[in-house]
Amino acid sequence: MNFSRSMVLVSSDPESVRRGADEIYALFEKEIAARDMEGEISISRLTDTGRPDAAPIVVIYPEAVVYGPVNAENVKEIVEEHLYKGRVAEHLLAPTRELSGRIGWLKTRKGTLPAEKRIVLRRAGRIDPENIEEYIAEDGYQALAKALTGMKATEVIDVLKESGLQGRGGAGFPTGLKWSFVAGTQSEKKYVVCNADESEPGTFKDRVILEGDPLAIIEAMTIAGYAVGADEGFVYVRGEYKLAQNRLENAVKQAREYGLLGKNIMDTAFSFDIHIHSGAGAYICGEETALLESIEGKRGEPRSRPPYPTTEGLWGKPTLVNNVETLANVPPILLNGGQWYRQFGTPSSPGTKVYTILGNVNFTGLIEVPMGITLREVVNIYGQGMKDGATFKLAQTGGSSGSVIPASLQDTPMDFESFRKAGVSLGSGALLICDENTCVVDLALVLQKFFKFESCGKCTPCRVGTGRIHEILTGIVEGRGTLKDMENLDYLVDSLTRISNCGLGQTASVPINDVLKYFRPELEAHIKLGVCPCGVCPMSAPVKEPAAVA
Amino acid sequence: MTDRVTLTIDGKQVTVPAGMLVVDAAKKVAVHIPIFCYHPKLGSAAMCRQCLVEVGRPIIDHATGHPELEDGFPRIQFSAKLETACTTLVSEGMVVLTQSERARKGQKEVLEFLLTSHPLDCPICDKGGECPLQNLTMAHGPGKSRFLFDEKHHAEKQVPLGELIFLDRERCIQCGRCVRFQENVAGEPVIGFYQRGRSMDIVSFSEPGFDSVFSGNTTDICPVGALTTADFRFGARPWELMAAASICSQCAVGCNTTLNTRREARSDGQIVVKRVMPRQNEQVNELWICDKGRFAGYHYTERDDRLLKPQVRRDDKFRSVSWDAAFLQAAEKLQDAEKPVFLVSGRLSNEDLFNLLQLADGLGAETLLYTNMGGGDLTGMVGLTSGSNLADLGLGDVILVVASDLQEEAPLWWLRIKQAAERGAMLIVVNPRETKLEKHADYVVRYAYGDEIKTIQDMNKATHKIHKVFAKAANAVIFYGSEGLGLEGSSGLAGACTSLLVDTGHYARPNNGLVGVWQRANDQGAWELGFRPVKDLQVIFDKSEVVYIVGADPVGDGAVRLKKRKPFMIVQELLSTDTVGHADLVLPARAFTEREGTYTSGERRVQRFYQAVPPRGESRPDYEIVAEIAARLDTALEREPGLVMDQLAEHIPAFGGISYLKVSEVVEQWPVINRSELFYGGAVYENTQGLGMQLRPAPVTSFPVSKGKGGLRPKEGLLLAVPVNKLYDQGLTVLSAPLLRERIGELKVCMNPDEADRLGFENGARLRIGLNGNNAKALLVVDPTVPSGILLVPRSMGLPIFEAGMPVLSKVRKKVTG
Repeated sequence: MNFSRSMVLVSSDPESVRRGADEIYALFEKEIAARDMEGEISISRLTDTGRPDAAPIVVIYPEAVVYGPVNAENVKEIVEEHLYKGRVAEHLLAPTRELSGRIGWLKTRKGTLPAEKRIVLRRAGRIDPENIEEYIAEDGYQALAKALTGMKATEVIDVLKESGLQGRGGAGFPTGLKWSFVAGTQSEKKYVVCNADESEPGTFKDRVILEGDPLAIIEAMTIAGYAVGADEGFVYVRGEYKLAQNRLENAVKQAREYGLLGKNIMDTAFSFDIHIHSGAGAYICGEETALLESIEGKRGEPRSRPPYPTTEGLWGKPTLVNNVETLANVPPILLNGGQWYRQFGTPSSPGTKVYTILGNVNFTGLIEVPMGITLREVVNIYGQGMKDGATFKLAQTGGSSGSVIPASLQDTPMDFESFRKAGVSLGSGALLICDENTCVVDLALVLQKFFKFESCGKCTPCRVGTGRIHEILTGIVEGRGTLKDMENLDYLVDSLTRISNCGLGQTASVPINDVLKYFRPELEAHIKLGVCPCGVCPMSAPVKEPAAVA
Repeated sequence: MTDRVTLTIDGKQVTVPAGMLVVDAAKKVAVHIPIFCYHPKLGSAAMCRQCLVEVGRPIIDHATGHPELEDGFPRIQFSAKLETACTTLVSEGMVVLTQSERARKGQKEVLEFLLTSHPLDCPICDKGGECPLQNLTMAHGPGKSRFLFDEKHHAEKQVPLGELIFLDRERCIQCGRCVRFQENVAGEPVIGFYQRGRSMDIVSFSEPGFDSVFSGNTTDICPVGALTTADFRFGARPWELMAAASICSQCAVGCNTTLNTRREARSDGQIVVKRVMPRQNEQVNELWICDKGRFAGYHYTERDDRLLKPQVRRDDKFRSVSWDAAFLQAAEKLQDAEKPVFLVSGRLSNEDLFNLLQLADGLGAETLLYTNMGGGDLTGMVGLTSGSNLADLGLGDVILVVASDLQEEAPLWWLRIKQAAERGAMLIVVNPRETKLEKHADYVVRYAYGDEIKTIQDMNKATHKIHKVFAKAANAVIFYGSEGLGLEGSSGLAGACTSLLVDTGHYARPNNGLVGVWQRANDQGAWELGFRPVKDLQVIFDKSEVVYIVGADPVGDGAVRLKKRKPFMIVQELLSTDTVGHADLVLPARAFTEREGTYTSGERRVQRFYQAVPPRGESRPDYEIVAEIAARLDTALEREPGLVMDQLAEHIPAFGGISYLKVSEVVEQWPVINRSELFYGGAVYENTQGLGMQLRPAPVTSFPVSKGKGGLRPKEGLLLAVPVNKLYDQGLTVLSAPLLRERIGELKVCMNPDEADRLGFENGARLRIGLNGNNAKALLVVDPTVPSGILLVPRSMGLPIFEAGMPVLSKVRKKVTG
């Protein structure tokens, strides 16, 4: 693949086209060619920006500068100033506007490339995770000291509220609000639980935090205990994460030795202790109520809600359940203040997010970037482009229950609000990047097989429905599909979302829903034409091996 | 927060206690929200999601704290998602829609999901006809499946969870009712879920499989045909069955049952009982019965060796005679004897016993009760009285159980006491060895066999902790049994218990008193009517001229040994017992399934049973036989059971006010069980035939001073055999149930491992045991919970044992075969 120095995107929604976007596109091609820059600069189209007031819009990467409304006369100047001389044409920038709509993010990033910003990963890889002294030397336990010696519990929660931190487990619930719910309950006994059962396929951000900086979680849980009035905590660690468990055990042991866990922490009246609890390999135990059941020694099956864990959690007591990454954000926020945190990310989703990049890109791995970057940026900047020069087809965000995001939505900023508006979900942070050779039906089948296997079986819709979706998809990839199947899939998707008990059932149909929404023609090709456009699906039932004759 | 809230369900307003679930509140106004996994006795599980409804709540104005109004009515906000009625608590002003388009759609979808993997074998399914899934499908289900039949769920169809209960894995809808019943109600979690998702299965992990005396109840509450009993399986279709209300005759609890009967070819065109089902009585057995009642409840009445004709012994052979001749001979013999003896048992109904009493009065005969447990005179005085219900006992109350392994002797009492303890009642278990009830006890008092009476007497000292507990308790009930005790010992124990109750003021008022854990259904009734046991039955048999034995088998039980000179024996019986074998005149009686009558339960509740099947042969009901004999002696006795009861109520003060009309009265019970709907309560029968009536408190001012001594004490270096009671014993009524053979097993005696070591026996050894001149072979079970110096010998298992005694043990030599 040729690397481009810059990338020009011209909006192509109907409004932009009406206002001459196609002409502008052609002019860009012409002007770039006139300066012999074809090899250095790529040009392509941007889908709906949600800002008709600024249409047609032109975005130039890597600076992510937004121009608009652009007319034919401006093209020459933009090419000249920006692409040739490297100066932003300030007077042509899109007007700032109340930050709403999908393009809102662009304003906050005017003229800047969202570089990686490490907050939760700042220590991972830099300190010895098994040595508490190195942790303390790197600002460790300063936040707890600040909270215990200088802040009231309510003040700690206020700072969190001010920071706008949202749960990083996938749902994005405001963390400060959740803490205040637990703090507001009247109970002798409360618990803090860290959900470290990271079992979404393709997600490993929590593992890196746990293995690289385990004491950050211990410290954050202790702060949480102080803020909500709990004296006991559990870390529920995925069973497969043996190293993480060992490091957490070690961290707890060292913290106790240093008087940072146990009775009268830092010689204050506050006491708190933490247990490390290993999961046993069930996906469902990542669901917070199933996780609580599992800690209690029962079958890992979700409870019905309400009551929520904040009022009736572990052993019926008010319980704060937070994801690893959420907790890891707490100490830096407390140290630097809520306003400091808000400088990263977007106004509606402040802060950074850790993503795991997987799939057909040149670079796969972990990044921590401010909220609100786009998939296009992930693919082209952090992923360093698609492998073998292939074309980006879709991305799945957030593991198996995440959305399947088509290339047409790759410019949607990745923050909770923008994704919610676009009808997709951000999930836990896995980004599976797929190229044109990926068959969506095959992808959906693999995911459904996973759900069929992992459904706990407690509630009827999920227990039966996941299996039914899998059966229908199996029929389609084996060439037995009918149009009736499409109808049944539509129905199942809707039904599972509406009437399942917990998140597993309610989101098991998210990928297939997105496939039906964005890739219907591909699905129909399997059924009507009996071909898999990508050549992935067998389109016939597997031939049974004849029994060996002795 | 107020204790009662008012809400609207499908337009019907209802006021219910706060904390109630929407599904129950709906039931109060006859709105039947479909459910599978919820059960009013088991609580919410929220598994099936069949009960999805729309729930709206008034919007509260935060400024005023009152609901916002719109046109004078509160503004209701409906939740975005459907809610499960089985987990949603009622709240003030709530509006529930169970039939809205959205709710119905949700319900329909769940049903469709269930049906896509449910087999279509209704035509051969035992549940077909009384199946909640079938009924709800007819009411709400889609006519046609949208999914592929080829891909239906396949699973094993005949999986024995034990020898009593079978599982059909295909039919199971994973509602978990059975699992929750065993865990939450029975307290014996011997079944559970295995695997997850669609592979989720019910498995039993006990040995023997499904080792619980309440296992049959899971088949009643199973909402599909997944769990069936080995007894009824493939036996009949529910719609062919007729139903007759009955009372279980297996123990003194008096569980209300329904006998399902049908006429069938394989029984030569006779009407026979096909199964025993529980019948709701929230004061007695709620919705449950034990497996003994279910699986041994009626089989003995259908045995081939039922006595069908009156017979006389002539030339040492039985000859059939006419009833008339039999009555005449009986009357003559009884009249001619100087002092005839009537020996009766608690198997007889109140009516039978009363007529016997009248006849004996006229003849000046001696009336004896056949039992080896005493104290019934005291339970008549300080027993439970009208208005008592074990379900009322809870926080602030105390229950003491002494000398009884209650789960083995009266499973439903065990269950009800366990529940009372869970509600907060203080449970004190006083027993010489570990029993299953102890798990639920607040206090366990262990004494040595022989110290029963002393132990209770010690407790009655003012300084004793338990005396103080009794003195403080709002209500107190004592259950006493006959573990290790004979007639004298148990009488003494009852006396000691009575003193404790009387001294602390716990008698003659509802929910207070003494309960005897009797072995027969109507022992309490026999005591109330004045029948009393005698210590030495042998003497009676040795000296009497004529003995009239009704419903007892003293010869078979080893209670008497017949000598050359024996009395003229008139035996009125159901089956060919050993006593019948030695009778001079045999009068065939009807089984309780073939006649009407009442039993008085251990809780002193008079309950009525009805005729379910036609009589066998020429048999007649006991009260009628007695009345006929009396007629030959110019004594007129009633022959209509209702009229006998009227007479009884007139003559016996405790029965004052009791009549068939009264015992047949029904009030509305909660939960509301309804056979026409099935999904809420299960296949359990509703009670329309009477809840029974408790006896009055006896007007007593003084109590007999407790006499009698406890059983023998174990002596150093000597083994003491003590009797214990077993649920599944070799008594004819149990042994007749083929299904229970495995659970009955052979005679097993238990001793401590140290004792076994000392005597040189190992676990599983075959022993020959000699005791009081009888002997039997037994299997030795070494059990650390048995106190040292003790050999536990179960009653009615082949070795007669009435009270503690000194056994002689020897190893059975194995035959050496060449």
